[in-house]
Amino acid sequence: MIRVVLPPHLRALAHIGGEVSVEVEGPATQRSVLNALEAAYPMLCGTIRDHVTQQRRPFVRFFACSEDYSNESPDAPLPQAIVTGDEPLLVVGAIAGG
Amino acid sequence: MSRVRVLVGTRKGAFILSADGKRENWEVSGPHFAGWELYHLKGSPVDPNRIYASQTSGWFGQIIQRSDDGGKTWTQPGTPPGEPTTTPDGMPKGESNKFVYDTSAATGKPLTTHQFYDGTQHPWEFKRVWHLEPSLSDPDTVYAGVEDAALFRSSDGGKSWHELAGLRGHGTGPKWQPGAGGMCLHTIMLDPADPKRIFIAISAAGAFRTDDGGATWKPINRGLKSQYIPDPEAEVGHCVHHVAFHPSRPDVLFMQKHWDVMRSDNAGDNWHEVSGNLPSDFGFVIDVHAHEPNTIYVAPIKSDGEHFVPEGKLRVYRSRSGGNEWEPLTKGLPQSNCYVNILRDAMAVDKLDSCGVYFGTTGGQVYCSSNAGDTWSAIVHDLPSVLSVEVQTLP
Repeated sequence: MIRVVLPPHLRALAHIGGEVSVEVEGPATQRSVLNALEAAYPMLCGTIRDHVTQQRRPFVRFFACSEDYSNESPDAPLPQAIVTGDEPLLVVGAIAGG
Repeated sequence: MSRVRVLVGTRKGAFILSADGKRENWEVSGPHFAGWELYHLKGSPVDPNRIYASQTSGWFGQIIQRSDDGGKTWTQPGTPPGEPTTTPDGMPKGESNKFVYDTSAATGKPLTTHQFYDGTQHPWEFKRVWHLEPSLSDPDTVYAGVEDAALFRSSDGGKSWHELAGLRGHGTGPKWQPGAGGMCLHTIMLDPADPKRIFIAISAAGAFRTDDGGATWKPINRGLKSQYIPDPEAEVGHCVHHVAFHPSRPDVLFMQKHWDVMRSDNAGDNWHEVSGNLPSDFGFVIDVHAHEPNTIYVAPIKSDGEHFVPEGKLRVYRSRSGGNEWEPLTKGLPQSNCYVNILRDAMAVDKLDSCGVYFGTTGGQVYCSSNAGDTWSAIVHDLPSVLSVEVQTLP
C-alpha cells in the first residue's frame, strides 16, 4: 500500500481525516498513485492534475523522502521507501502569493 | 411569514444569511468551504433548496458544489461520500468539475484562440466558473459562465458539463480579449418569456444573445462606445461589467459597462446611454427593483484606475425613470473614509412586498435595505472580501 498525505483543503473535499493508503497496480509512479487515488476519491479528479492534459497543477508539488519529485516524469518509479510504505508521498499546496 | 436567504460568496468561503420577512434579525451560517474562493452561489427558482456553488482555488482548480437542503449540507454532484466511486457501467465519477471546451467538428467551428494581452492569439484555457444560472423550469439544468469565456450547461444536476460551443464559434472570438479580471463570462440571463432566448456578457468582448437555445449567437453591442479600444464602436471588444432586466420586461436591458450605464429597449439590438447625473458612470453592479421594472440601482465607482466609491462615500444610486435621473441612497451607509468596491455579481433584490435590496463590498460588509433602498443597515461587517450576493425569497 502506498501512503499519501494530502493538503488540508483536499482532505476536506475527500472527507478524510489523516493520510490515506492506496493499492497500486504495477510499478509505483506518480501516475499510478494518482490514478489509484482518484479512483478511490473521485471528488479529487482535476484538483491535483488537469482533467485532460493530466499535467500537475502549477501550485501543487510532490515531495517524497525529503526530495522534490514534482518535475520528474509522471511515469518514473517512486523511491523504494514509498513503495514499501515506510515513507508517504506528500501532495503539497505550494507556498505562493503574499 | 415569508423569509429570505442571502447567499454570499467571498474570497475565503461562502456564508448564508437568513431572516424573516422583516429582515431585521439575521442568522449567519458559515464559512462554508473555508479558505476557498466562492465566486457565486445561486438557488433554483423551481426548487429553492437546490443551490449550486462555484468553489475555486488557484491551487486546486474548480469545484462545483450542490446543496439539496437549502445550504445545510453540500456535495460535489455525482460523488456523495460513501457511495460507489464508479457508475454501474464502470465509468469513473468525479466529472462535476470537468469543464472541457468543445473542439468537435460536429458543432461547426471549433475555435481555439482569442486575443491575448500582448496582441497575439492565445488558446482558450479553462480557469474557473464565475457565474451559475439555474434553469427557470428544471432544477437539474444549470448554466455556467466560465473564464476563459464560454458557456457550459449541465442537465444532470451539475454532474457533467457540456459547452454551448456556438457562442465561441460564431466568428468574433479571435477579437475577444481578457479584461483586468480575466476573460470571463460573468452574466447569464434566461428569458422567462422565451425559453430559447439567453443573454450573456463577457469582459472584454461584450453582450451576446441566442434566440435558438444556444446553438447560434450574435453580438448585441450596437450603441456601446468604448474609448479604450481602437474602434470605440466596434462590434465586439467592449468591457461589459453586468447586465440586468426585469422578468416581466425581458426586452428592456440595463447595462453597467466599464464606463457608462446603458439601456436597450429592443433586447440588446441597440443601446443608449442613461448615465445622466451619476457622480461617476464607472461601476460594476446594476440591478432592477422586483416590482417596478423602471426602477434600477447602480453603485458608482470612482474610476477604472481607482476601484473604490467616489469621495469616500458609499452611495447606491436609484433611478425610478429607467435611467438618466438618479438619486443617491445614503441613509445607513458610511459617508466618510469609505474606500470599498462592489463587484459585478454582488447586488441582488428580494421579491417581498417591500422590495429588499442587498449588496456586498470588498471590505466584507453585506448591506440590506428592506425598503427599496431608502435606508440601509449592515447584516455583517467583517466577512472576507465579497465576490457575489444572491437572495432567495422563501415562503
